[in-house]
Amino acid sequence: MATDGLHENETLASLKSEAESLKGKLEEERAKLHDVELHQVAERVEALGQFVMKTRRTLKGHGNKVLCMDWCKDKRRIVSSSQDGKVIVWDSFTTNKEHAVTMPCTWVMACAYAPSGCAIACGGLDNKCSVYPLTFDKNENMAAKKKSVAMHTNYLSACSFTNSDMQILTASGDGTCALWDVESGQLLQSFHGHGADVLCLDLAPSETGNTFVSGGCDKKAMVWDMRSGQCVQAFETHESDINSVRYYPSGDAFASGSDDATCRLYDLRADREVAIYSKESIIFGASSVDFSLSGRLLFAGYNDYTINVWDVLKGARVSILFGHENRVSTLRVSPDGTAFCSGSWDHTLRVWA
Amino acid sequence: MSSGASASALQRLVEQLKLEAGVERIKVSQAAAELQQYCVQNACKDALLVGIPAGSNPFREPRSCALL
Repeated sequence: MATDGLHENETLASLKSEAESLKGKLEEERAKLHDVELHQVAERVEALGQFVMKTRRTLKGHGNKVLCMDWCKDKRRIVSSSQDGKVIVWDSFTTNKEHAVTMPCTWVMACAYAPSGCAIACGGLDNKCSVYPLTFDKNENMAAKKKSVAMHTNYLSACSFTNSDMQILTASGDGTCALWDVESGQLLQSFHGHGADVLCLDLAPSETGNTFVSGGCDKKAMVWDMRSGQCVQAFETHESDINSVRYYPSGDAFASGSDDATCRLYDLRADREVAIYSKESIIFGASSVDFSLSGRLLFAGYNDYTINVWDVLKGARVSILFGHENRVSTLRVSPDGTAFCSGSWDHTLRVWA
Repeated sequence: MSSGASASALQRLVEQLKLEAGVERIKVSQAAAELQQYCVQNACKDALLVGIPAGSNPFREPRSCALL
């Protein structure tokens, strides 16, 4: 009907203008509270001294690009996954391989250690997240006990156990995140809102409650309420894909690393970006970020093979670490902050301290 | 995409923006001060920041047996 068509168009137009005006108001409200820059507040803090950080261990054994890694809570074991489908558990003190399993797919883009240390989760181009219990029985075939937990309609880009071995949070190329019950494989909650592939996620430190942050190819970082499935805050200041997000240790902020060659800090209580970590000389994307224990340092791995160490408060780069011979794809600080591990397309992982 | 789907997607967007507008915010000066305070309070525990005696970092071999 002609009149229905007209009515629909008016509705669309009025909704669009309402959306635009709401976006404008949101920016105005955020701008009102932007009374100072973080680095200005930090002027009185002591500057950082010289850093001596070196590769202390090199983990060799993957046959192709390392895509992801995670630390065990015991601060010693590491799980890593690779393009060739292999998932390896290492003892980072001795560099020994303790477990290895070959996934039925290539590009295992995500892996995570269970809080108990008794299992690992991984997935990638198989669109699934699977859990493997870790056993020390040499006769046990690790692959036999595999449990498929999550099912997405596109690749799995990130996964993380929540506070227990019982639930897993996943992010996918299908544009959604999801929370799953490990035992039953049941979908507990799904998170819709990203306009493109979700590439990363991080859970808020347990003291701060049930939220997590995700980043995607839509250049947005979104903070979610795990119980309601609602997006509670969204930030769109990056100029390209967000490859990595990580909470500040207090839970009041999070950092992001992007293909736009910058890392940024967003404060959740001020509801805005409060710092950009960039240099004209840094032109390659940041693939992975993590904070030191106190939150003062931000370690970021880049596609130009380097790791830059940033002073989170003052905004300056304090160190640049060389060693990898190809892109740094993943980076995590150990649970007690004594070291950090980086994984690279050069097939190795390095532990730095 | 049919116009019906666009309208409901826009409706969801408007609802989402209204929700985000309702977030309680504090001034950047206060937020920044608290981020800084956290750093300062926890600096001494941050091994990568302040360094810890070589013997206590399992990844760094002790350089000598001498006790300082």
